[in-house]
Amino acid sequence: MQAFTQLNGLVAPLDRANVDTDAIIPKQFLKSIKRSGFGVNAFDEWRYLDHGEPGMDNSKRKINPDFVLNQARYQGASVLLTRENFGCGSSREHAPWALEDFGFKVIIASSYADIFYNNCFKNGMLPIVLNATAVDNLFNQVEASVGYKLNVDLAAQTVTTPNGEVYAFEVDAVRKHNLLHGLDDIGLTMQLQDKIKVFEQKHQAAQPWLFN
Amino acid sequence: MAKTLYDKLFDSHVVAEENGTALIYIDRHLVHEVTSPQAFEGLRLAGRKPWRVSSIVATADHNTPTNGWDKGLAGIADPVSRLQIETLTDNIKEFGAKAYFPFMDKNQGIVHVVGPEQGATLPGMTVVCGDSHTSTHGAFGALAHGIGTSEVEHVMATQCLVQKRSKTMQVLVEGKLGNGVTAKDVALAIIGKTGTAGGNGYAIEFAGSAIRGLSMEGRMTLCNMAIEAGARAGIIAVDDKTIDYIKGRPFAPKAEQWDAAVAYWRTLVSDIDATFDTVVTLKAEDIQPQVTWGTSPEMVVNIDGKVPSLDQAKNEVQRADWERAYAYMGLTANTPINQISIDKVFIGSCTNSRIEDLRAAAAVAKGKHIAPNVKLALVVPGSGLVKAQAELEGLDKIFIAAGFEWRDPGCSMCLAMNADKLLPGERCASTSNRNFEGRQGQGGRTHLVSPEMAAAAAVAGHFVDVRTFN
Repeated sequence: MQAFTQLNGLVAPLDRANVDTDAIIPKQFLKSIKRSGFGVNAFDEWRYLDHGEPGMDNSKRKINPDFVLNQARYQGASVLLTRENFGCGSSREHAPWALEDFGFKVIIASSYADIFYNNCFKNGMLPIVLNATAVDNLFNQVEASVGYKLNVDLAAQTVTTPNGEVYAFEVDAVRKHNLLHGLDDIGLTMQLQDKIKVFEQKHQAAQPWLFN
Repeated sequence: MAKTLYDKLFDSHVVAEENGTALIYIDRHLVHEVTSPQAFEGLRLAGRKPWRVSSIVATADHNTPTNGWDKGLAGIADPVSRLQIETLTDNIKEFGAKAYFPFMDKNQGIVHVVGPEQGATLPGMTVVCGDSHTSTHGAFGALAHGIGTSEVEHVMATQCLVQKRSKTMQVLVEGKLGNGVTAKDVALAIIGKTGTAGGNGYAIEFAGSAIRGLSMEGRMTLCNMAIEAGARAGIIAVDDKTIDYIKGRPFAPKAEQWDAAVAYWRTLVSDIDATFDTVVTLKAEDIQPQVTWGTSPEMVVNIDGKVPSLDQAKNEVQRADWERAYAYMGLTANTPINQISIDKVFIGSCTNSRIEDLRAAAAVAKGKHIAPNVKLALVVPGSGLVKAQAELEGLDKIFIAAGFEWRDPGCSMCLAMNADKLLPGERCASTSNRNFEGRQGQGGRTHLVSPEMAAAAAVAGHFVDVRTFN
């Protein structure tokens, strides 16, 4: 997994609550057996005016000019600013894959659905929780200023605005460590395989029917 | 110290724990075709094998067609869907499984219907699947939740999952549900109260006399929808109904193992003096048949209600959400729900496709016919076994005589990955679990209801209170 340490990135605002993973990556793109290439179809139903299917030449499709991520000022954004309960619904990891492939490394919202939140960390992305007032404030600033960037520092657990305001955020210590160092969960867990084996034997002795 | 059922389940699976993050052992790994190919590919690239093949039960469900089975795999018109289904078969052949129910097998079906009916879901287990509706299996007193594809690979490689403890929420529903009020209505009424983010960070235990009164299938419907309240896991304590349901199923323990298992399973209840981080209470008698009006399961009202007006929104963010929902759904504030007419009906999904669901819908449809404005009414059984049982009881004939289409099992129009989908602007009474924009087809408009309510709407051509419908 790719490490994440620090980023000074252009911010794109998606001013909606409860953005679900069906919206982030519609189901027809889940038929792929690959892990990459979902970025061109991120937010497909909002981003394009026609119906998208896998294998289409997306450069020839009709763009929805009203969708915020299509606006010229937000091209190249790497920080997505959004509202509460982002990523609700389906567990599809294709959602963070699509956002990451689109170019987002950081998401800022007042809350996330649990599975989505967890999936982000598995893909080198940092989902940041700030309180609703802070999120409101950032929305106002982004919309008021073209080229608005935020500085995100994972080690310091801070988000810093261009005028020097600093927002601290919480992140679980284990997740932080793994993200800072780009550590692969499976490799880490395999270091505990003796413990797993001991547990498994005890578990099987107590509940043999689980191992039929 | 007194423990909740969640604590008991979590504690009994901890392999290691440090700084609040635990490594928990996984007993059952359910696998389907959509969220597994990248995980198998990861194993292959790293030269890894599954830690315990006997934990894996797999089936194809999301992409599978619900008609044209006489043509076999060749009948799957979309080559991308066909490849994904074939890839699962190839991966299971290469890596192994305790059981695999491929496309068109007589036991094939929606993974959350198949697991319990095979006895592959047992009390006290940890159950995972790359699917958010894995919460369904919590109905058996199991700790069950959806995971992402990276975690699918992690569980295959290590038999473990890295987990933080959830907070605990008890949802207490006391009393007796009225006639025509189902587990689906209980689920939607709870979500209407807590909101779709209300359960974020929590595992929900459903308790109280109304929950004990539900059948195992009703309990599965309720736990299935826990994720729509934001909770990864929903759980219900083990009782006689749980044990009776499991007895004799193909993968259930037998002989002396059965007795030992039952003795253990009886301990899978929250201790009387256990405390929860949050308690939510509902009175069963207050719950009425529910219909969602918007684009989130929390946008729900009673059948005799109206589409809410903006002055009822709790804040600016919700007001904006509702305005978008009115536009998407083609509805205006204060429209009575029973005046909303429909174009299609879908009875199926991991929420409501079991035999009791089909019996309830058939009882409403019997001797009647779908309304002229209803273009398509689909009944999609949850599994091959559900389908066979329904046909044994003659339910298929009742549905067909009433103008419904009787299909083969799969996820179908719950998420519309196969050919069953809504066209833009079409309005559907659906027994599924999500009414998100585009969920059942781009531009499609979904209203979530119980099977009884869906059947009544099919006949009336609009939403109608099943309790007074004749």
